[in-house]
Amino acid sequence: MRAVTDTQPREPRPVAPWIEPQSWQVTAVRLEAPGVVTLDLTPPGPFEFLPGQFNMLYQPGVGEVPISISSSPADSSHVLHTIRDVGPVTKALCALQPGDRVGVRGPYGTSWPVAAAEGGDLVVVAGGIGLPPLRPALYQVLSSRGRFGRVTVLYGARTPDDLLFADELSAWRGRFDMDVTVTVDAADSGWHGNVGVVPDLIKRAAFDPDATTALVVGPEIMIRFTVRALGAAGVTDDRVYVSMERNMQCAVAMCGHCQLGPFLVCRDGPVFSYRKLARWLGIREV
Amino acid sequence: MPQTLEPLLRGHRFFAGLEPAHLSLLAGCAANEVFPADSFLFREGEPAQTFYLIREGKVALEIAAPGRGALVVQTLGEGEVAGFSWLIEPHRWEFDGRAVDRVRAVRMDGSCLRGKCEDDPRLGYELMRRFAGLTTERLQATRLQLLDVYGHARGH
Repeated sequence: MRAVTDTQPREPRPVAPWIEPQSWQVTAVRLEAPGVVTLDLTPPGPFEFLPGQFNMLYQPGVGEVPISISSSPADSSHVLHTIRDVGPVTKALCALQPGDRVGVRGPYGTSWPVAAAEGGDLVVVAGGIGLPPLRPALYQVLSSRGRFGRVTVLYGARTPDDLLFADELSAWRGRFDMDVTVTVDAADSGWHGNVGVVPDLIKRAAFDPDATTALVVGPEIMIRFTVRALGAAGVTDDRVYVSMERNMQCAVAMCGHCQLGPFLVCRDGPVFSYRKLARWLGIREV
Repeated sequence: MPQTLEPLLRGHRFFAGLEPAHLSLLAGCAANEVFPADSFLFREGEPAQTFYLIREGKVALEIAAPGRGALVVQTLGEGEVAGFSWLIEPHRWEFDGRAVDRVRAVRMDGSCLRGKCEDDPRLGYELMRRFAGLTTERLQATRLQLLDVYGHARGH
C-alpha cells in the first residue's frame, strides 16, 4: 500500500495518465437508499487507491462518470462505488446486476490528508451522497485509531430513508472511541434522531479547534455553511478540506470541463484545502 | 442557606459570559424540571409563559399535520434553548415541544423575566441580544432546510 500523503504537495503533481478502461466484474449490488446503489466491483488485477480518490466508470453506449471509491483502501479485491441515480449514465450503473461488467479507469485525483491529521482531533462532516467519499478515510483512521485524538462524524441527509450505510453508522455509534451524530432535514415523530441541518451539529460537537482537521463533503451550499460554522468554532479554513464535484469528463486534465478558477478539479482535486478554494467559490461566475 | 440554580445557569451555553448580578436575577425565575420520554414540554396554541434551557436529552419541535401525524421541524439538544414565544406577543406556543428521551431542563418563568427586564434595561438588552442571535441562527438553519440541498441533484 502506498503511503498516505497530504493533499498539498510541495512539488507539482504529475498529471494522471490516460488509460483504457479495464473490464471489472460486478460481484454484489446493494441498495443503500432510494436511488442510491453501491456496486461491489472486483478488479482484474492489483488495484491500489488513496482515500478520497475516484474512478471513471464507463457503460458502453451510454457514457462515463467519475465516482468516488467508498471502500477501505486496505481491501483491493472489493472496490465499492456508491452511486446516485441522477442521469442516464448513473441510471445505467445503478441497474447493473452481479455478474455484469463495467469499464473502469483510475484511480484519479488527490486524497484526504489523513496522515497530516494524525496527533489531533478529526471532524468529518458529510451531507447526502457526501458520505461515500469520506468512508475510505474513516476506515483508514479507524485502522490506526490510536494516532488520532477525538474522532467526530457529523452526517446529514434529507430524510431518515435517505441515510446511507445505516448499519455501519449504527456500529460506529456503538464505539467508545468516536462520536457519530446523524441529522435529517425532515422526519415524522417516529424518528428518534436529530432534525436540523448538519452545520448546526458543529456547535454541539466536542473537539479542540486549535488541533482539529475537518474533512467536509456535500452540496456546495452545505459546505459553505459548514465552513462558517467550523470557523465560528475556531477551526481555521486552512485545516478544512473539502471534496469538490464538478463536471469531470476526461479525469486527466485534458478537456477542461472541470475547471474551477485556476484549478482543474480532476487534477488538482477533488480534495482541496478550503483556503485554497475559498476565493474562487466566492465568485458566482466560476 | 437555600440553594439556587445560579450555577446551572452559569454553566449553560446560552448564558455564557453573563454578569453575575444578572445571573442572580435570572436564578430567581428558574426552576428545575424533568420530562419523561414522549411527554410534552409545551403544546401548540397554549399560552407561552416559559422557555427551557436543555441540560440533557432531546426535544423535538413538532407540528401536527392532518393525515400525516406529527412532523418534526427541528430537534434541540443539550446546551440549547427551547422557546421564544414567551418574549413575543401574543405569547402562544407555535409548536409542540416533545421530549424524545428523558429531558432535564431549567424552566425559566417568562412573566418573571419580563418584569425583571422592564426594571433593568441592561438585562433586557442582554437577553434580547442573545435571543436575537438565536432566532437568526434558527432562521438561517430553516432557510438551509428549505433549500433542500440534498434533493435536487442532476448529472450524468
